[in-house]
Amino acid sequence: MKYPFPVGRSDFIQGDEAIARAAILAGCRFYAGYPITPASEIFEAMALYMPLVDGVSIQMEDELASMAAIIGASWAGAKAMTATSGPGFSLMQENLGYAIMTETPVVVVDVQRGGPSTGQPTLGAQGDVMQSIWGTHGDHSLIVLTPATVQEAFDMTIRAFNLAEKYRTPVVLLTDAEIAHMRERVYTPNPEDIELVYRKLPANKEEAQYPFGNIHGDMIPPMPIFGKGYRTYVTGLTHDEKGRPKTVDAEVHERLIRRIIDKLEKNKEDIIAYETFDLDDAEIAIISYGIVARSAIRAVKRLREEGIKAGLLKLNTIWPFDFEMIEGIAEQVNRIYVPEMNLGQVYHLVKEGANGKAEVELIPKIGGEIHTPMDIIERVKRGV
Amino acid sequence: MYLKCAYEIREKYLRKDMLPTIFCPGCGIGSALQYTLRAIDDLGLNPDEIVWVSGIGCSSRVPGFVNFDGLHTTHGRALAFATGIKLANPDLKVIAFMGDGDTAAIGGNHFIHAIRRNLDITVILINNFTYGMTGGQVAPTTLKGLRGTTAPYGQFENPFDIAELAVAAGANYVARWSVFNYLQGINSIKKALQKEGFTLVEFLSPCPISFGRRNRMKTAPELLRWYQKITVPLSKAKKMPPEELEGKIVIGEFVDRDRPGLAREYEEYKKRAKKMMGWEG
Repeated sequence: MKYPFPVGRSDFIQGDEAIARAAILAGCRFYAGYPITPASEIFEAMALYMPLVDGVSIQMEDELASMAAIIGASWAGAKAMTATSGPGFSLMQENLGYAIMTETPVVVVDVQRGGPSTGQPTLGAQGDVMQSIWGTHGDHSLIVLTPATVQEAFDMTIRAFNLAEKYRTPVVLLTDAEIAHMRERVYTPNPEDIELVYRKLPANKEEAQYPFGNIHGDMIPPMPIFGKGYRTYVTGLTHDEKGRPKTVDAEVHERLIRRIIDKLEKNKEDIIAYETFDLDDAEIAIISYGIVARSAIRAVKRLREEGIKAGLLKLNTIWPFDFEMIEGIAEQVNRIYVPEMNLGQVYHLVKEGANGKAEVELIPKIGGEIHTPMDIIERVKRGV
Repeated sequence: MYLKCAYEIREKYLRKDMLPTIFCPGCGIGSALQYTLRAIDDLGLNPDEIVWVSGIGCSSRVPGFVNFDGLHTTHGRALAFATGIKLANPDLKVIAFMGDGDTAAIGGNHFIHAIRRNLDITVILINNFTYGMTGGQVAPTTLKGLRGTTAPYGQFENPFDIAELAVAAGANYVARWSVFNYLQGINSIKKALQKEGFTLVEFLSPCPISFGRRNRMKTAPELLRWYQKITVPLSKAKKMPPEELEGKIVIGEFVDRDRPGLAREYEEYKKRAKKMMGWEG
């Protein structure tokens, strides 16, 4: 198959462009969107490429509709994606919840900007962390990935599709205006070298009778997509294994919701990705994610040069969250710093994970500027 | 027209394990559903190639009762979900079962934009002038002066004429009947199902429990008689002065045209894109 962009080599592109290309290489053939800064370039790239690869790119009337359309497309068998920023992400929460409840594989990109409300449209932020995890109502789980470079935005987009398909769940790629608009070198592999996952389909009509049943013991039901004669009924109401509404049965509700959560929690090892730098013998840990992790790496190097044993944990997945790993780090170090471009979000997760075994301090920054390495270094040195 | 007995239709198309339905005594949704299933049956359509979508409300529970692929979605959003289904697999025929609140209030924007795009879909609209499921609140279709729990002294807002709205937004086919007009209803659904683009068949449908009781029409027959009184056939309405049409509802076939549907337009768009880019694929 021919692609409308270079493959098997490096290119100098924006984060938004990288996400669009990666989505197409991941097999995405349905994109629905609504213009919004700083995510519009994803849509514009999709609009350019999709018709050429026999995919769909459509501009919907709002983000509610974009989210709805990709879920519909997914049930019709397509890998589907939408992208937005904070204000649009707020509108998507309704149907993001529907995707969780109906176990629909979709990818949602949230390019964060300063908020709340219209806020700072062109400036980066990390204020949507809690929203990406808990923005929709009810008990639930989903997957949230956080790239720190344009290459990672590319790689994690492919991973987002693979995880969505593997676990039949929505996946949020949580990035920000800085990465979205930054140009960096991105290596695009040859398509045949990219490992792709496609959702498990029912092996036969009998299996298709249980679109929400743990029939394989892995908590992930095969997905009987539309138009194959399975006669699948999908509802956002609490439903039993066959998909029949059972709205006042406590047991059915608990069984469904616990499985939706457990299918991710029990597969944490596969889903959670992270990187460490100089963490093995560290006495001070910095825990960071997204664009800020780049300053944090620099800060760790400088602190080491000055004889301070600092180390970094860079989170590439922020949900599900590995609380146990944080506790392990807290047992090892004296202090944990969490620099983030908000007034404390992952900080609270880290504090919960640390479980009182180390002091956890937030290094917040809002207003649209990224932490400089010095912001982190100075704060760490003050505590030493 | 030969009509199969209702039992035969029920046996062939309903999910027995989902019965009984949630519908109250005297509800008109079952009638509209029966007309739709009769139309599908008469046309000999393959149920495996049909997807039913809906939003939230009494009528939106219909996809659960019929033995087809079905997506019961969020309030007002059925047509947005349907856009994804149809474009991702244009071979599927999509039917939406929607209520008046679902369509014209919370889903109003999706409704007009789906029509503007000429999304290939047949919408069966149950207009009972009320929010039945939540207990009889007024809807954007409630006629002035009629009562609901959120306008207990009589509706003071103007109603939407959904059929006229659909015509103005560009639908390919729009008809409105009361569920009393069963032959016209079935024929309109058959027409709608055979056309590309956006097609709408609206049914005035009795809701004696949530709506009728509050408006001195406690039973379905009373509501049907009221429909007979307030409805005017389109041909007759055309000759009537506007003041005489005040408080009346026009029924009939509002439009029947053949503009290209969204799925075909997108196929053409893809061809254009490839041609413009010199793209062989």
